[in-house]
Amino acid sequence: MTTASSADHPTRRDFLFVATGAAAAVGAAATVWPLVAQMNPDAATIAAGAPIQVDLTPIAEGQDIKVFWRGKPIYISHRTKKQIEEAQKVPLSSLPDPQPDSARVKSGHDQWLVVIGICTHLGCIPIAHEGNYDGFFCPCHGSQYDSSGRIRQGPAPANLAVPPYAFLSDTKIQIG
Amino acid sequence: MSGPSDFQPSNPALKWIERRLPIFGLIHSSFVAYPTPRNLNYWWTFGAILSMMLALQILTGVILAMHYTPHADLAFKSVELIVRDVNYGWLLRNMHAAGASMFFFAVYIHMFRGLYYGSYKEPREVLWILGVIIYLLMMATGFMGYVLPWGQMSFWGATVITNLFSAVPYFGESIVTLLWGGYSVGNPTLNRFFSLHYLLPFVIAGVVVLHIWALHVAGQNNPAGVEAKTEKDTVPFTPYATIKDAFGVACFLIFFAWFIFYMPNYLGDADNYIPANPGVTPAHIVPEWYYLPFYAILRSIPNKLAGVVAMFSAIIILCFLPWLDSARTRSSKYRPLAKQFFWIFVVVCIGLGYLGSQPPEGIYVIAGRILTVCYFAYFLIVLPLLARIETPRPVPNSIADDVLAKNKGRAATAASVVLALVLAGGLFAGSTQNAKAEEGGTTPPAQSWSFSGPFGKYDRGSLQRGLKVYKEVCSACHGLSYVAFRNLADAGGPGYSEAQAAAFASEYKIKDGPNDQGEMFERPGRPADYFPSPFPNEQAARAANGGAAPPDLSLITKARSYKRGFPQFVIDFFSQYQEQGPDYVDAILQGFEDKVPAGVTIPEGSYYNKYFPGHAIKMPKPLSDGQVTFDDGSPATVKQYAHDVTTFLMWAAEPHMEARKRIGMQVFVFLIIFAFLMYFTKRKVWADAH
Repeated sequence: MTTASSADHPTRRDFLFVATGAAAAVGAAATVWPLVAQMNPDAATIAAGAPIQVDLTPIAEGQDIKVFWRGKPIYISHRTKKQIEEAQKVPLSSLPDPQPDSARVKSGHDQWLVVIGICTHLGCIPIAHEGNYDGFFCPCHGSQYDSSGRIRQGPAPANLAVPPYAFLSDTKIQIG
Repeated sequence: MSGPSDFQPSNPALKWIERRLPIFGLIHSSFVAYPTPRNLNYWWTFGAILSMMLALQILTGVILAMHYTPHADLAFKSVELIVRDVNYGWLLRNMHAAGASMFFFAVYIHMFRGLYYGSYKEPREVLWILGVIIYLLMMATGFMGYVLPWGQMSFWGATVITNLFSAVPYFGESIVTLLWGGYSVGNPTLNRFFSLHYLLPFVIAGVVVLHIWALHVAGQNNPAGVEAKTEKDTVPFTPYATIKDAFGVACFLIFFAWFIFYMPNYLGDADNYIPANPGVTPAHIVPEWYYLPFYAILRSIPNKLAGVVAMFSAIIILCFLPWLDSARTRSSKYRPLAKQFFWIFVVVCIGLGYLGSQPPEGIYVIAGRILTVCYFAYFLIVLPLLARIETPRPVPNSIADDVLAKNKGRAATAASVVLALVLAGGLFAGSTQNAKAEEGGTTPPAQSWSFSGPFGKYDRGSLQRGLKVYKEVCSACHGLSYVAFRNLADAGGPGYSEAQAAAFASEYKIKDGPNDQGEMFERPGRPADYFPSPFPNEQAARAANGGAAPPDLSLITKARSYKRGFPQFVIDFFSQYQEQGPDYVDAILQGFEDKVPAGVTIPEGSYYNKYFPGHAIKMPKPLSDGQVTFDDGSPATVKQYAHDVTTFLMWAAEPHMEARKRIGMQVFVFLIIFAFLMYFTKRKVWADAH
């Protein structure tokens, strides 16, 4: 192919080549879209991730349960007075990820801690009621969380995440 | 691939790599500087089209494998979930399924082209044999891929084809057991077919590399059949052949897109929308259209072993073609007799394909035998004989002479190629339209449906009324297990809001569990739940319905069909008629008559239906006037009920149809513009070469 034109004098041939090339590029991009989009969660998975309701009545003080929402374990802890106090009186300046306890529970429901039970380090499941802070201990790399699910010690960078949830009544929450 | 290259990249980084791995030189010498005969016509673009198809099949196949479950209990459902729930899953599945047919369509043209122009002759024998090996691998891959959806045709196709090996003397049974991994076709068979179906395309890709290597050693054949001698005979592969191939590919994609977006089930078999049932064989076992000629040869021989041998010989004989046809002149252009016999042979092959799709009885068997003899006679008698008796016309001295001689009147080639493709495709493909519901039944009248044609859309009111009919009448006996309540709020569906769908769901009781006490319990339905089936299992359904289990209706409009016959199936290809299923369902619902015509006996517990195959249906007349009241004032007649519930069931079977047709139109507009641009670009580029 000989292109005898310069940039200042575009010829009809140049226009045709550019137009064809551009159309090919548009077509290729439009083809790639569905090939990548198919990797996202399918409609059934999304539908199955709808909010769930959990009845809190069977959980006695000091106990906790694990429920699954969108494939993630959610810890629901019925905290003791001691645990609540410990969580509230820790000076924020001593925390790696400072957050008051009040920001991690719903007001008026101080006894209920609802957190996603996935270590913020590398995704292992921390064990409840273990470690030095009356909270959670991750066996993988030794991260320790307190009774508010906040990181206190170890390699994890952040507090245990709080999922979106709301109290439907005093004894029932909806997660999601 | 034609020896060491003198290509030197100028970029220092590329130079560094080139000294250690001369890959850019290889690409340059194989696909840029490679001299290609300047007189190649559009039949030569099918090599590029086939490469594209192989890449596309591997790409879509790898993606489908991400969502597919190779288990006998889950495979059918997982395919349905791909089509319904995966983002663009319907598109990917249609591409892969229609892609298999397009791949074979292109390979047949490629093979016939080689046959016509003598591309198998010295020094291209190995090139040709590698091609036959690719073709055999394609057949194996296509067959195993067809088994994966685990529908009725998948299962029985697998049974019949694997049983071919039982014809082997002494070891037959052991071989078949080995292939199955069991005493019959079952889960182990499905698992190994999946594994091999994933493997073989890469083997094909490997042999394709050898095929191209051999091609680049011998050089391409060309329509004149004379070897390139001087530089005047050739043009560099890039840009000349590249741009021409790209134009050919663009035209082929238009043809391909017609199937993907508008005729996705035209090449398939309605029976494959029925989940595999090891207890019932479909009335007509028909392979995919691309195997039909060989299937016809198999069936035309009354002896089991001889039939299998004949079928495999029909393919293997191609390997010996370079020696069977010893004529010096390559191209049939200069062989007046060979040219005529070639076209007769093409007709024989299409004829065998048609016969393969017909029931093996009466005239079809005799015609099959005659054509089988013709098929083998072409290779064993005609070609060897012609080499001796035919006087060929003089061939041109060189390719350049050939180009000069016919430099006029080639403008229409592209258009005629496209037209020929479409026509041949329609004919080939249509020959698969086989009998489903016609046995002993009357052909259902063609109805007018809002969803037919390239702009078809579901009538929302009809969908909502149809849902009501299903809920109040059909759901007493028939499940709808692939449809979830959330689907009622999907775009392109009945048009309910999410709140309405949730409210609709909550009216149902869904079995869930086990709870903390380990017990199952019932709760109100949620949008994510599927329509509950009326019976806990098939046995219960059978017991409650006089021995005939009412089929699940999720796919019924795609799982039923009827024979359209010649030439109707060819017209259907162009008119995009795809509504055999809805026509049949609608007709069945209206086909109940109290008066049984003379000569028809209806057994106890069955009812007369004008359109049901055999007329004796176990389902009592389900609908009668006034049974369901519509809020929108539509007439409460059986005709209206049947129309609405059929529309609803068509949506249930094909929930993304509106998206398919809408995207299809966009793709068509794009492809047509693109093909025009490619055509003019190709002309500009080639203007230098003439």
